[in-house]
Amino acid sequence: MVNQHGLIAKFDTPADIMHAAEKVRDAGYKNWDVITPFPIHGMDPAMGINRSLVGRFTIVGGTIGLTTGMLMIWFTGASELSLPYMEGYKLIVGGKPYFSPQFAFPVSYELTILFSAFASIGGMFILNKLPRHHHPVLKYKDVAASSDDKFFLYIENEDPQFDGEKTRSFLNDLGPVEVGELEE
Amino acid sequence: MASSHPILDEAKPAILEEVDPVDIPRPALVENNRSFSWITDKICGIVEEKTPTWWWVCFIIACAGASFTVMGLVYLVATGTGVWGLANPANWGWAIVNFVFWIGIGHAGTLISAILCLLRQKWRTSINRAAEAMTIFAVVCAGIFPVFHVGRVWMAWFLFPIPNANAIWPNFRSALLWDVFAVSTYGTVSVLFWYVGLIPDLASVRDRAKNKIRQVLYGIFAMGWRGSNRQWSNYEMCYLLLAGLSTPLVLSVHTIVSFDFAISLLPGWHTTIFPPYFVAGAIFSGFGMVLTLMLPLRAIYRLEDLITQYHIDCMTKIILATGTMVGYAYGMEFFIAAYGANDFEIFAFVNRAFGNYAWAYWIMISCNVISPQFFWFKKIRENTGLVWIITIFVNIGMWFERFVIAVTTLTRDFLPSSWGYYSPTIIDIFTYLGTFGLFSVLFLLFLRFLPLMAMAEIKAVTPQADPHKH
Repeated sequence: MVNQHGLIAKFDTPADIMHAAEKVRDAGYKNWDVITPFPIHGMDPAMGINRSLVGRFTIVGGTIGLTTGMLMIWFTGASELSLPYMEGYKLIVGGKPYFSPQFAFPVSYELTILFSAFASIGGMFILNKLPRHHHPVLKYKDVAASSDDKFFLYIENEDPQFDGEKTRSFLNDLGPVEVGELEE
Repeated sequence: MASSHPILDEAKPAILEEVDPVDIPRPALVENNRSFSWITDKICGIVEEKTPTWWWVCFIIACAGASFTVMGLVYLVATGTGVWGLANPANWGWAIVNFVFWIGIGHAGTLISAILCLLRQKWRTSINRAAEAMTIFAVVCAGIFPVFHVGRVWMAWFLFPIPNANAIWPNFRSALLWDVFAVSTYGTVSVLFWYVGLIPDLASVRDRAKNKIRQVLYGIFAMGWRGSNRQWSNYEMCYLLLAGLSTPLVLSVHTIVSFDFAISLLPGWHTTIFPPYFVAGAIFSGFGMVLTLMLPLRAIYRLEDLITQYHIDCMTKIILATGTMVGYAYGMEFFIAAYGANDFEIFAFVNRAFGNYAWAYWIMISCNVISPQFFWFKKIRENTGLVWIITIFVNIGMWFERFVIAVTTLTRDFLPSSWGYYSPTIIDIFTYLGTFGLFSVLFLLFLRFLPLMAMAEIKAVTPQADPHKH
């Protein structure tokens, strides 16, 4: 026998799924989610999700980028430091200063953006726990509709409030098109 | 609703109580009230259908075109940079012109995807994917020229500060090195941004896949995306941040490209107007290219419901605005030269308009300043054929702008004994024309294998996506 992962309900319109999500949130469920083909405006408050934390990764990436740029330019052209496999030396060019934050700015600025972009995307994947190719939702028979024009809501077995029959009738009361089972 | 301000309450005419705020209808972004699944079928259908004959014809022609670039570069590497018509003092010829031309083309893609995203211009959704693809392929074409212009191309990696046995570091005081960082960052971030946008649509293609290979291949790139709202929440934040990062990036890239000229000491180059003027020109040429590409696609794939007349109006108006800005910059350069009362500066500009290269200057003025003025007229904006022809003129004009800037100044430097007339060689011409083939090859592959419009984003801006509508 296949293990059950949870129960999944299918809805036809963004309005239906939004109202359903509000009710699931108010009922106090924790391990549940909504599957939609596109981001629905206002779904985050309807589900009670807080503001995304991706921005924290971005600021860290940006700071590292700016510091890397400035240090690299100082090290290669103005310092006489000796690091493993590389050495800095004073590079004389047209009587210009060895280091100045002004000429170092364009490159450091680009590195700030480069590192921030990588950090944002990395952060997004980490927070979303992706890539993950074996999630139970991906095995559901109707999955193709979830990236086309249908809207799904599922509650996992692991939710402290989950109770087979009660949760099923709760989902049925939300007015879905159908309620099915998610397999592990 | 009771106002909290007693004086305002008294002054308010009674009629206001009865009037509702006007609900101005917004133009529909998807016409004929198409459903979600119609959008999915339409866009995925393009990727899933049997490869059409016209695609093969175009692809073979494009490959033949690209082979000119390949042959030109092979010949250059085997012989030396002398095969390009470079001769002292014009050591920058078509290479820099083509580089700036292609980078500029790329800028509209980022403008559409990033700046219009921040400005909440929803019409961007149906054109941003293809425009971003255009950006990436344009950067690929642009990169070829400076890389081969270094002469010994197998040493090109010396441009990056890589610890190597010779213990040589690049000179960070040079604008050319800033360019290396600006363009490589721009290319990388454009690819990342494009890829993040593609993830949900790749998942759609994966879910519809009829065979295993397709499912696995698209599945790998879709990263196991499942459209969960907890994921959408992070995804949208990430997308917004990338838009916020790309906006200063795109402005800085062309600013730094203009520094290549502006921080030199040559008359005609050494001007502070260059950064804003280059950025405006880049957006101008990029939108020209977006329309050049999208109008035929719209006709071939019958995408009129997704790329509506409203979209074309918006883009032509941006071309009109930026074209006029560029025209203003041309005028302002002359004014500053005259007002600055520097003989060399005045000579440089008089020479531009009336010297040996006057023909190029006036082609530039006609294409960049005069041709977009036709977009003031609604009749012309509604005539797709005419719009397409004008965008071709825009592309030509912007190429000539870079040619005029680079060549007129270099061939008339401070030492009259070295004055001359720069002409490209046949190798220059073939190498450049071939990049259009390369660009087309990449763009055709994109059309065949990736969804050319951001389905998830288009669905989100349709009226039925609004959860408060019913």
